[in-house]
Amino acid sequence: MKHRSLYIKILSALLVFGAWEIAGRIPISYAFPTFLESMSALARMTFDGSIFVAYAETLKPLVLGVAISTVFGIGLGLWIGLSERFEWLFSPIFIVMQAAPLAALIPLLVMAYGIGLTSKVFVVCIMAMPVIVLSTSSAVRNTPASMKEMAQSFLAKDYQVVLKVVIPAASPVIFSGLRLGVSAGFIGAILSELKITPTGVGDIITYSRSIADYPSMYAAIFSIILLAVLFLNLLEKIENTLFKGNDRGYVTD
Amino acid sequence: MVMSQTDAAFSNAEPIEQDVAVSVRGVSKNYGAVEALKDMSLEFPRGQLTSLLGPSGCGKTTLLKIIAGLLKPDTGEITVNGKAVVGPGPNRAFVFQDFALLPWANVMRNVAFGLELRGVAKSEREDKAAKYINDVGLQGFEKAYPHELSGGMRQRVGLARALSVDAKVLLLDEPFSAVDEQTRRKFQEDLLALVANENKTFIFVTHSIEEAVYVSDQIAILLPRPSRVSEIIRPSSFRLKGAENIRRDPEYLDIVDEIWASLRDYVE
Amino acid sequence: MYIKGYKLPAMSSLLIWGLLWEIVGQLGLTFFVPPLSEVFVTLFNIIGTPAFLKALSETAQAFLAGVFFSVAIGIPVGILMGRSRLLDELLLPWVNIFVSAPLTALVPVLMVLFGFGLKSIIITTTLFGIWIIILNTRAGVRQINRSLVEMASSFGASPLDAFLKVYFWAALPEILGGVRIGVIRAVKGVIIGQLLISIVGFGALFELYATNFLMSHFWAVLIVLFALAFSISEFLRYLENKVSYYAASR
Repeated sequence: MKHRSLYIKILSALLVFGAWEIAGRIPISYAFPTFLESMSALARMTFDGSIFVAYAETLKPLVLGVAISTVFGIGLGLWIGLSERFEWLFSPIFIVMQAAPLAALIPLLVMAYGIGLTSKVFVVCIMAMPVIVLSTSSAVRNTPASMKEMAQSFLAKDYQVVLKVVIPAASPVIFSGLRLGVSAGFIGAILSELKITPTGVGDIITYSRSIADYPSMYAAIFSIILLAVLFLNLLEKIENTLFKGNDRGYVTD
Repeated sequence: MVMSQTDAAFSNAEPIEQDVAVSVRGVSKNYGAVEALKDMSLEFPRGQLTSLLGPSGCGKTTLLKIIAGLLKPDTGEITVNGKAVVGPGPNRAFVFQDFALLPWANVMRNVAFGLELRGVAKSEREDKAAKYINDVGLQGFEKAYPHELSGGMRQRVGLARALSVDAKVLLLDEPFSAVDEQTRRKFQEDLLALVANENKTFIFVTHSIEEAVYVSDQIAILLPRPSRVSEIIRPSSFRLKGAENIRRDPEYLDIVDEIWASLRDYVE
Repeated sequence: MYIKGYKLPAMSSLLIWGLLWEIVGQLGLTFFVPPLSEVFVTLFNIIGTPAFLKALSETAQAFLAGVFFSVAIGIPVGILMGRSRLLDELLLPWVNIFVSAPLTALVPVLMVLFGFGLKSIIITTTLFGIWIIILNTRAGVRQINRSLVEMASSFGASPLDAFLKVYFWAALPEILGGVRIGVIRAVKGVIIGQLLISIVGFGALFELYATNFLMSHFWAVLIVLFALAFSISEFLRYLENKVSYYAASR
């Protein structure tokens, strides 16, 4: 069975989508369209281009927010990981942010920055930043001691230790922190479109719900989850090719 | 006859008249309340291999890292060729127990890494690295990554890296403890050849009695709580009889037994 | 961080941030940041009020129910996936999708299917928490040392015995790790649910205070909520550390 895992994946998808189709045909609820209805709605939105217009709108705060979080998150994370003083000062803030339901801040952000793009970018940032900062700082902190000692014993200057050992050693974990940050950023982007003002995909979801066009609503939700999953999988593929063997070949394995 | 040989080995330890490459004088090191080293003094003759042997917790790795300049002693002084050690320096190179290879760099870059840090131009450092990759028997693996190598091959990379910076003192921290027994024997033989051919001073930390006696010109037995040098043994006769004869030489066997007798009480 | 050889407690820098907050508040730099002292006074005033207690109990109810379902469904499913290859291959793609998918997008579906009440909020909470619990439990079961399994069967352990006395305990560090992350996600889920589905519990208080410009009330409730979330997460970390001693030496 060479293609066993592929067959099972297809079977698994058929089972789930089949169950969706049957549940929609019964129907279990007036608000539960069948799989095929939803997919045809998705096809319709794709062909008339409305879904692309919506995504152009949705991706704006997402891309901006993730970009800001990446730059500041990695910068702060490196700083916290390298300096004990800054770790003491800053890491508690991010530890609390990581554990706390930051969505509660949305009403305040709307008060302070209105219902425009700024608030939405902020929501994406507060969702994505903590995990990026914490992954970066712990990756930096967990650089194998003997690798740093090795560089020092071969007369590396401090900046060389950071550039040639610490950052390359930390980059796989930093990258997977980025992936988690993107995932949290998606949550924030959708949340802000549903909570603050309906724009983009959030608008399709909200509007089609209000006119009881459930196939379109399900199609929009399906598409955003699909997009997020495909993009995160792509990041994971990149991560695996980029850092192949990086976590191995060390100490004993 | 057998006894007298051993006695000779122990009494030879007293007068050290050789040229001393590294000397440790009155070194103490505490970790909080734990005394890792207490007032330790030791001399390492030039061009020879000295083992630091002892049970775990006797501070042998700590001493090695102090000599390397990676740790600072609380008191005391280390000199290498008469100059005091204040930090890592170009006259010493370190071989790590866990190899400490860069997993994202291939064998060539790993071996040349010490030279890279010193700002040696790429072509020059790769020429030099290629020579040492050959010397340790890794030709053909220049483009391989550490995770594609066996444990023994990884340590050859670590060794080549230490050799390539051309330091006069080589510090080896249990270099063979993470490789299998047969590879380890091959390493030990290669090490003997290295000591004979290169004019370098070797300081070798190990917890294996047989290994220490097999490879050493001088063995310093370290005992814990408080850490101290309990004796220095200099095997006299079997070193010149060829590598293949050492393990059945009576003096070799006696020294191994003698060391075990003095260490066994400290092994928990 | 050390000052003159004395180790400062890990979270002690929060005091400095609190002081900074107080100064910013006293200077009146921005309307949105009242002095911390004022926030604390408000905190003590509202903490016993019926409105606060109602919000707390509504939130706690949804949260506890959501965590209960996440754990009660997540751990068995994870163990089954760890033991059965077919089930694993059928379910794993979906678990992997949902563990990182933007679950907020599913909330509108829950609203039309299950109404605008507690039920939808509980399901949201469960959806946020369950997937990572499944994944970690599965990973924990799969990494159980083979020789431990062989030891159990060589001493004649029945499948039930082997399960209760060996597998569960061997996988416990990972399971607890999953529960900890799942619970943190569930806290986020319950608040997101309250903000999106129906304005109840703490979500309602935040809306109310924000729209009425009651900034010190807003921050007071936020501090309580963050403190609760953080305490829960630290408590679970403490439990995890209690069993992690053998995670390293398996």
